[in-house]
Amino acid sequence: MRTLDLRSGGAKLLLRAGLLTLLALGATFLLDPYRNYQLATSAGVFAAVAGLTLLVGLTGQLSLGHAVLMAAGGYGYALTATWVADALAGAGGEVADGVVGWLLPLLAGVVGALVASGALGLLLGLAAARLRGPYLAGLTLALVIALPSAASTIPGLAGAQGISAPFVPVPDALAALIAVEQWHAWLAILVTACAVTPLVALRAGRAGLRMRAVHDDETAARLAGVDPGRVKAGAFVISSLAAGLGGVVLAIVTQQVSPGAYGLGFSLLLVVAAVVGGLGSLGGAAIGAVLVTLLPWVVDQATAGLPADLGHRLQGNLEIVLFGVVVIVVTVLWPGGLSRLLPTKKLSQNTQLFQNTSLSQNTER
Amino acid sequence: MRTTRSTARSTAIAATMGLAAATALSACSTPAAAEVPGVTDDKVVIGTHQPLTGPAAAGFASISAATAAYFEYVNANGGIHGREIEYIVKDDGYNPANTQTVVRELVQEDEVFAIVNGLGTPTHSSVLDYLDQNGVPDLFVASGSLTWNQPDEYPNTFGFNADYVTEGAALAQHALDTDPDAVVCVLGQDDDFGAGILQGVELALGDGEVATNQTYSTADQDVTAQLGAMKEAGCTHNVLGTINGFTALAVGTAAQMEWFPKWHVSSSGADYPTLAEYLGEEGTPALEGLVSVNYLPNSPSSEWYELFSQINEEYNDGAPYTGNTTFGMSVGYQFAEALAAAGENPTRESIVAAVESGDLGGNGIAPLTYSADDHFGHRTVRIAVVADGAQDFTDSAYEVSDAGATAVEPEQAPLENEGIPATE
Repeated sequence: MRTLDLRSGGAKLLLRAGLLTLLALGATFLLDPYRNYQLATSAGVFAAVAGLTLLVGLTGQLSLGHAVLMAAGGYGYALTATWVADALAGAGGEVADGVVGWLLPLLAGVVGALVASGALGLLLGLAAARLRGPYLAGLTLALVIALPSAASTIPGLAGAQGISAPFVPVPDALAALIAVEQWHAWLAILVTACAVTPLVALRAGRAGLRMRAVHDDETAARLAGVDPGRVKAGAFVISSLAAGLGGVVLAIVTQQVSPGAYGLGFSLLLVVAAVVGGLGSLGGAAIGAVLVTLLPWVVDQATAGLPADLGHRLQGNLEIVLFGVVVIVVTVLWPGGLSRLLPTKKLSQNTQLFQNTSLSQNTER
Repeated sequence: MRTTRSTARSTAIAATMGLAAATALSACSTPAAAEVPGVTDDKVVIGTHQPLTGPAAAGFASISAATAAYFEYVNANGGIHGREIEYIVKDDGYNPANTQTVVRELVQEDEVFAIVNGLGTPTHSSVLDYLDQNGVPDLFVASGSLTWNQPDEYPNTFGFNADYVTEGAALAQHALDTDPDAVVCVLGQDDDFGAGILQGVELALGDGEVATNQTYSTADQDVTAQLGAMKEAGCTHNVLGTINGFTALAVGTAAQMEWFPKWHVSSSGADYPTLAEYLGEEGTPALEGLVSVNYLPNSPSSEWYELFSQINEEYNDGAPYTGNTTFGMSVGYQFAEALAAAGENPTRESIVAAVESGDLGGNGIAPLTYSADDHFGHRTVRIAVVADGAQDFTDSAYEVSDAGATAVEPEQAPLENEGIPATE
């Protein structure tokens, strides 16, 4: 297996990331406001799924609770950004009105989100280093179920009603050109790029190699001088940070963080997105994220034509059935996930071979 | 490692896409002024978000059906200013995350003229800023949270319900008026709803006079601990800031404890037919004597009730008539009245101005009080009591101001023109 040569590879990676980001930013011009809203939402989901797919695909740790890590990021962002925005407003009108007025709370919020999701991720990671398979899945699942109670018990999180995050207005220079949804889509794309690019570097670099080594055989990895506990905990933290940034995106777009948005269904959908896209594949994570964002909407459009009574009964249920069908069909036809349909590159062939073997191992167990 | 060729290719693709993007630059997302959204020569399109599925559906899903039935009745009789009202109902499952999605869909995809009667405090709070930024009239929110009454910050948002503080104050004042030795306790939802009711109760009783204040979360499965604490505190009158499901749960749980205090319940959780359905045949007797407040003509003796029952038969497939039916149809009437007052060619500005003008009468038990400074319309509530298995108004009503609750005479708005607002 090849590792990325840091000097030339790093530059190339940044170039590629920059190009893809520009492409995505350009694409927002082709979309109407509602599509831009959907794009921004899928960008946030993409960041979380990318972290999750890395965790599951490379280290074999199954987390069913990534929605909670997103929520941690969202709460961290909302609390910090609101605090800074209030402080700025208190300091004086001039500062608060300009670019600094929204940029500073935004940046501070991102830091807050990273701290919150990183801290929770570290705690989980420490547990993950000692737990295997179903036990880790069970722990993370319990976390999702505990979220509503945690939100109503911890002061400042305001229970089911949730807390609001400051609105990031369109800068004056752009106000005539783009609508607020497109602006938020831009922010979403930028934050997501910052979340996913490091993951690509990690996956292709030494850290990725260590993760694969630990996944394949912990004893062999230990003999080779790799500490499985540290690798697993580290992978969990990195994955949590990406999920936290995903939470930031959703908080920016919706100006609201509430436990209802990060329920069990959503958390499982993140896993579905990772599986459908192909475990370990970041391109697949993007496909999966778009799928889980758009499918409920498509179903909604499709059932709108039905009689109201039947439509309401199908709403919310039909999409769950569809997701199940999609997972089954994809696993049967393309066991490596939808990322198999992407143009293959030399680099990823090794990974795919690896995915297939690990997937078959999992099913045999 | 990737070859330079593939980098070159992706650069070329990026360049092509960039060019395409530049061509379409002026196309889609650019803000543009258009004619009034949702208003055509023969139609006005409005939308709402309602819990048709999920935990709140059992208590509230019938509201939007009633509103839609009323609009059908209006449309069948020529509409308002010759325009039919098209009412798009979207399900948000009482989950703020869904509310944000469906409301954006309504505003951007369906291009509605206004959002009417969006239901729920946590749900609607999550779209308040969005609607404000987009200048969408946000009329008659189905919640009594004081959040909707911020004319300076949210000039287009108006509440429909009597606000929770008004209800809490009236319920507590009534407890004191009927029993000067009352030990008043509060059980409230852990959000603006419960907090508002508590604030109202304290307004009527004085600070620190509430024997105990308990809260629950909608995610809770039971309220045994809360009721145990209330029984322990020796409460004689329990003021409930609870939704229908939790009112039933509280009354049922107390009955199981063989504890029968007086229940004084907010209008949001005191719909007798709904409660009776929750409690079943055995539990229903526990509702006897339940005191609640209402501001709508939800009484079989009212002529509005009679009209709404007919509309319900004809346009709502004869669904069971409950307080939700009165609520839904009253919202419909109030919107139709506002639309009629907004002029022959209504705009988003003119309908907001029409509500603020104070000319709307509504169909409540007292004239509406909307003004430029007050975005709530019902400041007077009337006491209703369950007696012999039927819920009906008593003669006492309370008007609530900052000074507290004062007893007044109810002044029911008259039914004119067969319940279709007249247009000049």
